[in-house]
Order: sequence, then structure tokens, then C-alpha cells
Amino acid sequence: MSDIIIIGAGVIGCSIARELSRYDAKVTVLEKANDVACGTSKANSGVVHGGFDAKPGTLKAKFNVAGNAMFDKLSKELDFPFRRNGAYVLCFDDDKWDGLKKLYDQGMENGVLDVKVVTGDEVRQREPYVSKEVKGALWCPSSGIVSPYEMTIAYAENAADNGVKFVFEKKVASVAQNGRKLRVVCEDGDCYDADVVVNCAGLYSDELNNSLCEKKYKIVPRKGEYMLLDKTAGYLTGTTLFQLPTAMGKGILVVPSVHGNILLGPTAVDIEDKDCKDTTYDGLAEAFEKACITVPSLTKKQVITQFTGLRAHADAGDFVIGWAEDKPMYNLVGIESPGLTAAPAIAVHAAKEISSRLSLKENPSFNPVRKGIPCFATMTEKERAEIIKKNPLYGRIVCRCEVVTEGEIVDSINRPVGAKDLDGVKRRTRAGMGRCQSGFCSERVMEIIARERGIDMTEVTKSGKGSEIIVGRVE
Amino acid sequence: MREMICICCPMGCRLMVDDSDLADVKVSGNTCPRGAKYGKEEVVCPKRMVTSVVRVEGGDVAMLSVKTKDAIEKSKIFDALDALKGVSVNAPVKIGDVVVKDVLGTGVDFIATKNVSAR
Amino acid sequence: MSKKNLIIIGGGPAGLAAAKSAYDAGERDILILEREDKLGGILNQCIHNGFGLHTFKEELTGPEYASRYIDQVKERGIEYKLGTTVLSIDKNKRVTCANEKDGLQIYEAKAIILACGCRERPRGAINIAGCRAAGIFSAGTAQKLINIDGYMPGKEVVILGSGDIGLIMARRMTFQGAKVKAVVELMPYSSGLNRNIVQCLNDFDIPLMFSHTVVEIKGKGRVSSVVIAQVDAKLNPIKGTEQEIKCDTLLLSVGLLPENELSKMADVNLSPVTGGAVVDDDMMTQTDGIFACGNVLHVHDLVDFVSEESEWAGKRAAAYIKGEKASGESVAIEAKDGVRYVVPQFVHREGEGNLKLKMRVGNVFKNVRLCVVCDGGEVYSKKCMIVTPGEMETITLNEKQTRALKNSKQAVVCLKAVEK
Repeated sequence: MSDIIIIGAGVIGCSIARELSRYDAKVTVLEKANDVACGTSKANSGVVHGGFDAKPGTLKAKFNVAGNAMFDKLSKELDFPFRRNGAYVLCFDDDKWDGLKKLYDQGMENGVLDVKVVTGDEVRQREPYVSKEVKGALWCPSSGIVSPYEMTIAYAENAADNGVKFVFEKKVASVAQNGRKLRVVCEDGDCYDADVVVNCAGLYSDELNNSLCEKKYKIVPRKGEYMLLDKTAGYLTGTTLFQLPTAMGKGILVVPSVHGNILLGPTAVDIEDKDCKDTTYDGLAEAFEKACITVPSLTKKQVITQFTGLRAHADAGDFVIGWAEDKPMYNLVGIESPGLTAAPAIAVHAAKEISSRLSLKENPSFNPVRKGIPCFATMTEKERAEIIKKNPLYGRIVCRCEVVTEGEIVDSINRPVGAKDLDGVKRRTRAGMGRCQSGFCSERVMEIIARERGIDMTEVTKSGKGSEIIVGRVE
Repeated sequence: MREMICICCPMGCRLMVDDSDLADVKVSGNTCPRGAKYGKEEVVCPKRMVTSVVRVEGGDVAMLSVKTKDAIEKSKIFDALDALKGVSVNAPVKIGDVVVKDVLGTGVDFIATKNVSAR
Repeated sequence: MSKKNLIIIGGGPAGLAAAKSAYDAGERDILILEREDKLGGILNQCIHNGFGLHTFKEELTGPEYASRYIDQVKERGIEYKLGTTVLSIDKNKRVTCANEKDGLQIYEAKAIILACGCRERPRGAINIAGCRAAGIFSAGTAQKLINIDGYMPGKEVVILGSGDIGLIMARRMTFQGAKVKAVVELMPYSSGLNRNIVQCLNDFDIPLMFSHTVVEIKGKGRVSSVVIAQVDAKLNPIKGTEQEIKCDTLLLSVGLLPENELSKMADVNLSPVTGGAVVDDDMMTQTDGIFACGNVLHVHDLVDFVSEESEWAGKRAAAYIKGEKASGESVAIEAKDGVRYVVPQFVHREGEGNLKLKMRVGNVFKNVRLCVVCDGGEVYSKKCMIVTPGEMETITLNEKQTRALKNSKQAVVCLKAVEK
């Protein structure tokens, strides 16, 4: 059986893993972090873009439009939260109408046929908190929002259910030719031989490619800082609000999350450090001030947390998708925005190319359906009563802000590709994601993690090795 | 001469306490007589209650809170805490139960401040 | 669906005191719903002493204080459910809750007392830039880890905020062998008690830095240092005053917020100043039959005052159930000139007796008079050498003063300078 190694368990790695699990092959995902969705896939705007923004003829345009169309079916199949909430690109100056027109034309050319130009008043009719300074906007009803990490987790769980193996805390050092195969060498000395290596290493995809291939790439981490607002600020907008884009990207957004929070950001600054996850005083101030241009009534009082995401910006500008010269390495380099939207389409495309090179047969037992963790918070009273009867742990509410039960937390730890630490539980269940930001529940969640994983409390981490929460016992 | 904040009320007067002669301590900076009394006590024989926790075996909680039954000399706080190191008691425990008797020969006991039932 | 006369949400100091006094006022059909596995609320982790001076005329630790009320509730045979979280309430006083044993339960109550306390402001709410490493705790979380679970959250500590929990934790962590490097306070004054500044910081030479804040948290995985800076009069950090302090832990003691998620579900009108419900002199919210007391109503400085307020709420709730509710017109009490808020916000015109008003000021003032002014005339005045935002002020109007207030068109509580 053919061996396929996927390097990187972000949304690209996990979606390709799932699409490859449709075929009969031995697929292994190697990830340096201790969980999926630990890089760019957990810290982005969560927007499923319409596709009018990408330059016509680019891979970005092609996969954006194709990916967008797949979300309705996919989100049901894999049971992750997704909603088509529509998006406006706002124009604040009468002399910038050209910009809107250009986006409109681009949309038409890319096949985003539902876009139209509307007046400022039309915008405010739908979203009354939008600035009075808005003169007009491009309206794109097919734009959506998704929980990017829950989507990645759903892909990973479905892949695992269909036989894909995930290996965590396995940082790859290099890839070299080893006879007819490729040899993946890990930092801890472990080696994996593969018929095909799929390079989904995100910010590090350039280094991985460059360790093997003649043609070199360069990824520049483009830092984006965000602020997350309480659900009580959710009334501010139900629609994704862009400002007219600049050379550095799509500008500062005000966007609802699928769970009802509001997200402000991202800023866009090119940096050196690919591990940087720090927010800055100036960056947060910029995100907030620019978001206020769109929604002037925003207040900092509504902010519950801040975070930074890094986009894997390739110097070439477009996605790099395909075989690396004559090597059996399949590259996915520079998958920045609209990478999340494009992921489902990219994954299908990549899996087809890989399966045809290896002449893979179909996996007859492939099951496309994944069921998520039953979400107590959104259940009716009847459903709640029933699930507690079935599993009494659903009667123990651990996270009071987001109403997350012990049943959900235990499930999140014990399912395939389960949570290992506080952040993993948080991304899967929302425990700790509410307005108290885990002040009340972190200690309970730590106890549950320790119990379910059979480890000591002092070994429980926030987000992998080195992030232990407790330093010792009281003597 | 020592400077200290009076804790008798929210005023928080900045006291100057002349402790050159402990038999005749002079306090200034106070706004009321309580301040003078406090300043004097603080230099002659400052005392503190000490509260902490010890491990409890077989209880429905992991830790038992304890306190010194009376205030002890401030200088003995850390020695008193050392006397709690490694101490563990068996459930059940009742408020007032002696956990460590006669800490450092002060005549003061560490006593339980929580009721703990057996598991 | 079951029926209950009185449901009390929360089995901490407020809920226990309310239950006891409702019982003593003749109400027998009471149910306390507590989400933790023990009664006593936050007092269980407040193992330091200093509680009960007003209520019991002796100095108790938190667990001891709680046990006095727990005993009284148990002696009276008042029903309570532990490990039970209230999921929703509505304005018809329908209460939905869940626990492991009984599953989902729905009650219809004649009256509800909200006694669900407050929560700590998290890091996100104060917009500190930097990493998201492990080692950042709210002071209360650290307190629970040490005092309840027996685990140390860190070894080298910086504390942001000089509220009482922050001060208490500075001493507590020092007692357990940690090094507390500094307590950093944004304001030019502390909201904590002097006694705690002296006995928790000065006793151990822990520096307290006023008009400073944390501007950046550094570290990968675990916190490795914080950068602090001085702030200007508008509380903005001053460039060039930054200094880095090595530490593995940052504790936050940056304020408490009444937890009113349930209140909102029942359309309870909330005060933007206190963050708690707007109540009348019966401690009833503007939603009929829903009462509030303790820290869910406004954040108190001493638990003794929580108990006192809650006993009153329990008594009035019992009277309400009997049909003895105050009705008709009420007069609003306005907080002005240095006084940030007053509780209750409304007083019924009918009824006799004394009236207790609780309030907080917005800044530190020295040599002032705390006054109640009705229709322009001073009804009450109390000289204060000092008032601070950290201490709740209470005034008790006698029958005559209360009557004057009840009869007035406009009632104001304010600070006035002491005339020389």
C-alpha cells in the first residue's frame, strides 16, 4: 500500500487528509504542535469569502469560488458551524466608487454572480450600527462565516475515522530523496519513508520545500492582530463588514463569529518570527480605531480577549499548489486568505492529483459523515433532559459563561484526535471561551483532563509542552 | 524611628514611631488616639494571625484550612508556617480541631477552620 | 414542573443569609440552588481571617464564617441542591436547572432571590498586549488552586491590581514560598484595605507601585516576564518609563463584576454603574417577585454587609410571598457630587421604619460630609474624615428621616465639603 505523509495539521493538511482517506492508502499526518489547528487555522477571521476580491485567473480566485460553493454540504456532512451571513465592502469616499466597481467587475469575472453595488442607506437598513459616513458598498450574499478551528477539527476527526493516522509533537526537520521514496526526518530523530509527501506546513512550507527542491520559495509571516468582543455586542452586526481593500490585504473587518461574538481586525504587518503570537499595544489600538471607522459605537468595554494570527504570505502572491518539479512532494505553499474558503476545493483537487499519480483505488469503507460533540448550550429543554438521562455528566455545567458540560469536555478528550490540554478543550467545546475567559472553569477542566488522560495535574498544559499551568504542590 | 501606615481606619495615617526607647515609645502623625496605640504595639510586640492549609486524607476536599488560635509574634510567621510543612490530617475534621499543638512553644495551636467530612 | 414558594439562586453568603431570614420570617417552602459541590460560595477559598467583626463580633476566617450560616440553614432544614446550575429564569419566575442526579428540573416559583455573586474581570477586558502563555491567572483562580486544590500556580509573581484579593494573594503566595516581586496599581490609590496593604505587602517588603500598569506580557509557553510602565493622569502608559520584571506568573486583581447573565434572561433592569439590578427598598428588582442581594447586586467590601443586606432581602421576599408587598408610587434616589451609586435606587412611599442606604464614592475625598438631600433640604449628614472608592459607605436613616425621604419629590445622596 502506498505511504503518504502529510506535514502539517492545519485546515489544509486536515482537509487533504480527509479527502485522501477516500482512497486506499496509508496516510499519516505529522504535526509539530500537540493538536490540529494550532497555527494560522485557529487565528483568522473565519470568513468564507465570496470570491470577488481575488485577481481573476489566479489560483486564489479559482479555489475561492469553488471552495465557497462546497460549504453548505460540507458543513452538514462534517457537522461544523457555518452560516452564509453576507458581506459588505464599504466605501467611505465618493471618489472611491471606482474601487467598488473594480471589485464588482472582478466578482463577475471570477463567477461570483450575486454581487451588487448598494447605497449607504441600504447598508444601514440591514446593519443600523454601520457608520453614517458609508456612501455605498458592494454586497455579496454568498459570503459566509465559519469556525475555522472547528472546521479543521471536523476534517481531522473524519480523516481519523477513515483510517488516517495523526502523530503530534513531531516536528519535521527535512525531507530528502531516499531511493524511490522520500525520507522525512524529524527533529527527534524519527524517520518516515513515503511515496508522496504533502507539504501543508503553512508558515514553514517554504523551508520544507527548500530542504528538498531546486525551486525555492519564501514565506513572509504577515501578522494580524484581533480583538474579540462579548456576545452581548453581537447586535452590532450580523453581516461581515469589510472596508475597501489595500495593498496589504482586505483591511480591518468587523465580523460576527458563528457563535455570536464580534471580531475586529486583522492588522497586517510583515514580520520575521514565524512563532510570534504576541499582540502589541499599537497593533490592538490600530485594530480598534480602524474598526471604529466602520462601527463608530464600538467600545473597548465589550472586548473579552485579543489574539494574533500569522498569514503565510508567499512572495509570489498566489497560492502554490502542485507537484514540486520531479519530486514526489505535493506543495501547498502560501495558502493565505482566502485559503480557509479555498481549503475544501484545494483538498479535493490535491487528493485527485495524488491518487492519480499513485494509481490509488477507492476506499470502500469511506464514511463521509462525522458527528460533532452534542452541544448542550444550543439544545432545547427536551433535548437537554434526554441527554442528561443518557449521560449524567451532561448535567454538570463546568463553563458557566458558555454553558459547557462535563459530558462535552470528556467527549472532546476521548474522541479521535481528542483534546489534550486546556486550549484543545476550549476549541472543541468553547469551555473557557466566554466572558470570564476561563477564570471559573479552568481548574475544573484541568482536573477533568488529568483524570481522563491519566496524568498528574502538574502535567496539564494550556497549549502543549512548556505551557504547564501548575508549578508544584502546596507542601 | 520607624514609618508605618495606621490600619485602624481608611484614613491610613502615616505614623512616625520613635522606638529608640521601647519603654517610652512616641508616636506622631496620628489623627486619633487609636493610631498612637497601634503605632506603639507595632514596635513593641507586633502580632499576626497566621492562616494556611494542610493536606487532608480521606476527606471530601483535598486541603484543610487552618489558623493560629491566637495571634503570634510577627517574627515567627515563617517558622510557624514551616511547622505545617508535611503535616496531613485524616478526615473527618471539625472546625476548632487542633492540627499542630503549641506551635514553636508559643502556647498557640494551629486549629482547623473548615469542617471536612470523610469521603 | 414543580412549584416552590422561594427559590434562592446561589448558596454563598448572600443565599444562605437570605434563606435563613426568609425561614425565620415564616416561609417554609424554600429551595437553594448552588452550582458548586459545597455551600459557602467564595468564602470556602478565603481562608484568611478578618470576616465577621460586624456580624459575630469576632474575627473569623472565610470557611468559619460560612459554616456559621451553613449550620443555621441546616438546623432549619432548608432544602438545598448542590452541583446544580441554573440554566435560565424568566420573568414569570420559571427556573430551569440541571444536575447529574436529577437531570433537568423546572420549577415555578412565587419569588426568586438572585444571590449568584460576582466574577473577576479577565485579562482580555483590560487589553494588555503580549503573549497568551500559561501563567496568567485571575487572583481568585490562583486562590482556589492553592487553598482548595493544593496546587501552586507559580513561583515568581507580579500582581496587577491592589484590590483586596490581589493583596491577600500576595501574602498567600509568599507564605507558600513564592516570590512576589511587585503589586502594580493603575490608580494613584489602592482599592484595598489599609490593613491588607500593611499586613499583606509591607510585612513582607513587597513593593506596591501606584500609577503603574502592565503594558506587555512576554513568554512562549509560560510567562517569562512582564513589562510595566507608569501611567499619566489619563491612565495612559508613559513611553520611556517601561521596566521589565522577570516572573513566571501574572495575577490579575482588576475588579469584580456582578454576574447578571440570569437576570438579563428575566428582563431584570440593570444599573450601568453597579452592574447589578436596580432595586427598591425591599431589594426587589423591577421585575415583580425577583429579588437581588449580595455581590450580584453590587460588589461589597465586607461579607458582613452581604449577610445583612441578604437577610433583609430574604425577609422581604417572605413577606412578598404572603402578599405583603409594597405597592404604589416610589421615589428615586439619585447619586451625585462624588457619590457613584446608591442602593436601593428606589424607595416606596408607603411603609415605615429605618432605611439603610449603601453607596460608593468615585474618588478619594477627605473632610467631607455625606448628605441626603430631599427637595433641596438636608435630611441627613455624616462627617467623614476620608471616603475612598474601595470602601462601601452605609447610612441609616431613622424613621423621621426616612419619612422625609419617602415624602419628597427629589432625593439625592451627595458629598459636601465641611465648612470651616
